[in-house]
Amino acid sequence: MGNRSSVEDIVKTVNIVGLEMQKSVLNILIGGEAGQGLVTLSQILTKALVRAGYSIVVTQSYHSRIRGGHNTYALRVADSEIQAPAEAIDILVALNMETVEIHSGTLNTNGIVVLDEALGIGNASHVAVPFKALTSDRHWNATAVGVVSEILGLDEHIIDRAAQDFFSKHSGISVEDSMKSLNAGRDWMKSVSTESFKLVKPVGNSGRMMMNGNEAIALGALSAGMKTCCFYPMTPATSISVALCEYAKKMGIIAEQAEDEISAINMAIGASFCGAPSLVPTSGGGFALMAEGLSLAGMTETPVVIALAQRPGPSTGLPTRTEQGDLEFALHAGHGEFTRAIFAPGTVEECFWLTRHAFAIADEYRIPVIIMTDQFLADCYRSVEPFPVLELDHLDVCSDTMGESLPHLTYRITENGVSPRLLPGLSKNCVVAHSSEELVIADSDEHTEDGHLTEDLSVRIRMVDKRNRKLDGLKQKIVRPTFHGDSSPDILMVCWGSTRGSVHEACEHIRKNGTEAGYLHFSQVWPIDSASVNDTLLSAKSVVVVESNSTGQFCRLLRRETGYHAEKQVLRYDGLPVTPEYILEKLGSGKENV
Amino acid sequence: MFELRDYGDFETAWCPGCGNHSILKAVKDALFRLQLAPYNVLFVSGIGQAAKAPHYLKSNVFNGLHGRSLPVATGARIGNPDLKVIVESGDGCHYGEGGNHFLAAIRRNVDITMLVHNNQVYGLTKGQASPTSATGFVTKTQPQGVYNSPFNPLQVAVAMKAGFVARGFSGQIEHLSNLIQQGIAHRGLSLIDILQPCVSFNKVNTFGWYNQRCYMIGDDHDPFDRNKALLLADEWGDRIPIGVIYRNDRPAFEDHFDVLKQGPAAKRPVQKDVLNGIMNSYL
Repeated sequence: MGNRSSVEDIVKTVNIVGLEMQKSVLNILIGGEAGQGLVTLSQILTKALVRAGYSIVVTQSYHSRIRGGHNTYALRVADSEIQAPAEAIDILVALNMETVEIHSGTLNTNGIVVLDEALGIGNASHVAVPFKALTSDRHWNATAVGVVSEILGLDEHIIDRAAQDFFSKHSGISVEDSMKSLNAGRDWMKSVSTESFKLVKPVGNSGRMMMNGNEAIALGALSAGMKTCCFYPMTPATSISVALCEYAKKMGIIAEQAEDEISAINMAIGASFCGAPSLVPTSGGGFALMAEGLSLAGMTETPVVIALAQRPGPSTGLPTRTEQGDLEFALHAGHGEFTRAIFAPGTVEECFWLTRHAFAIADEYRIPVIIMTDQFLADCYRSVEPFPVLELDHLDVCSDTMGESLPHLTYRITENGVSPRLLPGLSKNCVVAHSSEELVIADSDEHTEDGHLTEDLSVRIRMVDKRNRKLDGLKQKIVRPTFHGDSSPDILMVCWGSTRGSVHEACEHIRKNGTEAGYLHFSQVWPIDSASVNDTLLSAKSVVVVESNSTGQFCRLLRRETGYHAEKQVLRYDGLPVTPEYILEKLGSGKENV
Repeated sequence: MFELRDYGDFETAWCPGCGNHSILKAVKDALFRLQLAPYNVLFVSGIGQAAKAPHYLKSNVFNGLHGRSLPVATGARIGNPDLKVIVESGDGCHYGEGGNHFLAAIRRNVDITMLVHNNQVYGLTKGQASPTSATGFVTKTQPQGVYNSPFNPLQVAVAMKAGFVARGFSGQIEHLSNLIQQGIAHRGLSLIDILQPCVSFNKVNTFGWYNQRCYMIGDDHDPFDRNKALLLADEWGDRIPIGVIYRNDRPAFEDHFDVLKQGPAAKRPVQKDVLNGIMNSYL
C-alpha cells in the first residue's frame, strides 16, 4: 500500500514534454485485456467528467471474450459540445504492452502514454507509474483513476464521489482500500509533475446523465408504457434487456428471457395482443430468426417494437464491432407484403425519443416497428440532459378500445386501414368482458373482418388493401430528416442512424476551411418522404452518402425512393465507427467510391 | 349459466371420421362443465388440421405460426393473467416445429393447458411422418419407412417434472373431457396428449387400432409417484394407458411475479415517479 512518504522516495523519471497548460478537447484511450479492470477505471472517469459538466463521446471496442483479448475504451472529452469520436489519441492509458504497440502510432505529436513502470518502456513522453509500490494488485485500477484524474486536473471532490459511488455498488470491493489506492495515485502524480493535460473548466452543462444508446432505449420504452420485454441475449443489444430486467420489479413490468429469438418475438406478439406493449431487443442473427414473427405481426396487425442493434455480418460476423449492414434486411425481412416503420436514432437522446415514438406508431397503426442502432451507438456513453419523464404521456391501450362498436371485428375495414381494437377478455376501456360479441379473433391465415380464416379471394384483396392503407397514414407522420449547414452547399453529406455526430463534425470542419457544406440526417429510414428531400439533394453541387457498410445500402434506398443517384459514397466496414477524420480523409484523398 | 351451444356450432373442414370432431366435442363439453365464459378463454393454435379447431369454437382465438403457439400463449398470460389460456395444435406443431418451446414451457410452467392432437402423421400437408410416427411407418416422403425412433412426449414431460401429464383418446369423449377439465383446473402447464385417428393419411394407427389398445389407468396408480409414472409413460404397444399419468404441485411461472396478481397489463399505469428515480440514478 502506498502512502505519501513512500511516494516521495520514488525516483522521478517522468518528463512530460511539450504540454500546453489547458486543453479544451482531449481524446483519452484506455486499453488492456478483458478482466484487467478497464471498466472500473473508465466508468469512474466518465462519470466524474459528466458530473463536472464536460461533453463526452465514448467508443467501446472489445474482443468477443470475457478474459484476455484487446479491449479499448476511448473517451473523448471537451469543455463545450462535441458529437463524434476521434481517431488521434492525446492520452493513451495502456494496461498492457499490446495497447502501446497497437495504438502508439495514432498518438498525437504531443500525446502521452500512461503505463505501469513494470512494462519497462523508457520514453520521454511516458508517464511510468510505479503501481507495485503504490497499491496492491487488487486496487491498481483505483490508483490509475487517481493518476489520470490528476493529469486532467479534475475536481478531487467530484472524482472521489464518482469512485465511492462505483465501489460501493460493487460488492467484494473495499471502498476504503480503493479510495486509499486512488489517493496514492493522485498524490504520486502531483509529486512527479505539475504540468499536465489539465482540462479547461466547462461552462454549464452540469446536472447531466451519463447514458448510452441502449440505456436510453430502455428508459424510452419504460416511459412509452412498455409492459413486456421478451429477449434472447445477443451482443450488442443485450444491455437493453439487462437494464429492463433490473428495473422490472420496480416498474411493474415483465422482462422474460425466452428460449430463442423465435420464442421472443412470438411471446411479445402474444403479450401485445393481450394489451401489453412489448419490446424485443436483438441483433442481426436473432432478427433473422424473428423474420417469420415479424410477418405474423404484420398479418395479425399486432403492435410490436424491435430494437435491432446491428453488428457486422454476415452470419456471426464480428460480434462486438459496429456496422450498418442490416438496413436492406430490416426493410425486407418477413415474407409477404405488410406495412412497417423503421427508425434510426442518431444520438443517445434520439434513442430515447424515437423509442417512445416507435411505441406510439406501433400502437396507432398496429404494425411492427423497428429501431435500428449499432454497436457504436448502443455502447456509446454521452452526457445527456435528463428527460422530462414526469411530464411525458404514455400509451393507454385501454383508451384505444373506446371507438369499437359491437360485435367486435378484429379486422374491421376502415378508411385508414386501422381497425378499432379490443383486448381478449376485456370490453371497451378494459372493463371485464361480458358478452360473446366482445370476442377477439386473430389469424395468421388470410381472414375475414371477424378474424376467421378465409379463402374468399375478394376478401383477400380487400384485406391486402386495408393493410397497405396504413402506409398512407404513416407517411403523414414521417420524422423528417435533419438538415444542417449551408443552403445549396458545394458538398452535401447524407447519412442515417449513428453516423450523425461524425458527419456533423466533418461538415463543420469543411465549412471552417471555407467550403460550403451541409448534411441531411435520416432518423427515420422507412417510409421516406421523397418530396421533402429532393429539393435539398438537387440544390447541392455534390452529394456524398456516408454509411457503415460496404455496398451503400442507404444510397440505394435513396435512389429507389427519390430517383436521386448520389455520385459519391464514404463507406466504412472494418468494424469501427465512422469518425470525422475518416470522412475527411476519404473525401480529401479522392478514394471515395464513385 | 352457459349452455353447450354458447361454445359454438360451426361447420368444419375436417374429413368425416377424423378424430378432431370428437376432440372438439370433448373440448366444448369441458368448457361447458367448468362453466367458463367463452369471452374469458383464449385459444392459441399453430398450423395444421388440429390448429384449425379454435375456429370452430366460440372463444378468443389467436391462430398463429406453425410451432409457435406456446410462446404466444406465454405472452398472453403475461399480458392478461386473468385469461384462461388453452393451446391446441397437432403433434407436428408441438413436438416437431415447436420442440424447443415445448421443453421451455415445461420448465417455465406457465398456467397453460396444452392440448396435442396426436395422430402420428402430418394431415394438412398430406401424409408425411410426424415426430410420433412409428419406426418403419411408410409415407411418400419416407418410402423406405421411418428410420427415426418416435418421440415420447409423455415420458419427456414426466422426466422434466411437468406439473400435469395425461393422455386421452378421441374415442373416449367423456374421459377426454374429464382430463381437459382437470388440466384446465391445474395451476401450471398441463399436457394432454390426445390419440386420434387420421382417416386419410394413417392407415396403420386407425380408430380400431387405438380402440383395441387404449385402457384406462386404474385408481391404483398414484400420479404423484414419478418413478411409476415414468414406467407408465413408457408403455406403448399392445396396451396403451390413457388417463392422468403424472402430476406435481410445482409453483407456476405466474407465482414468481407480484405484478401478475394485479390483472391485465393494459390497466396498470406507468409509475412515472419510479421511472424518474431510475433516471436519476444515471446522474
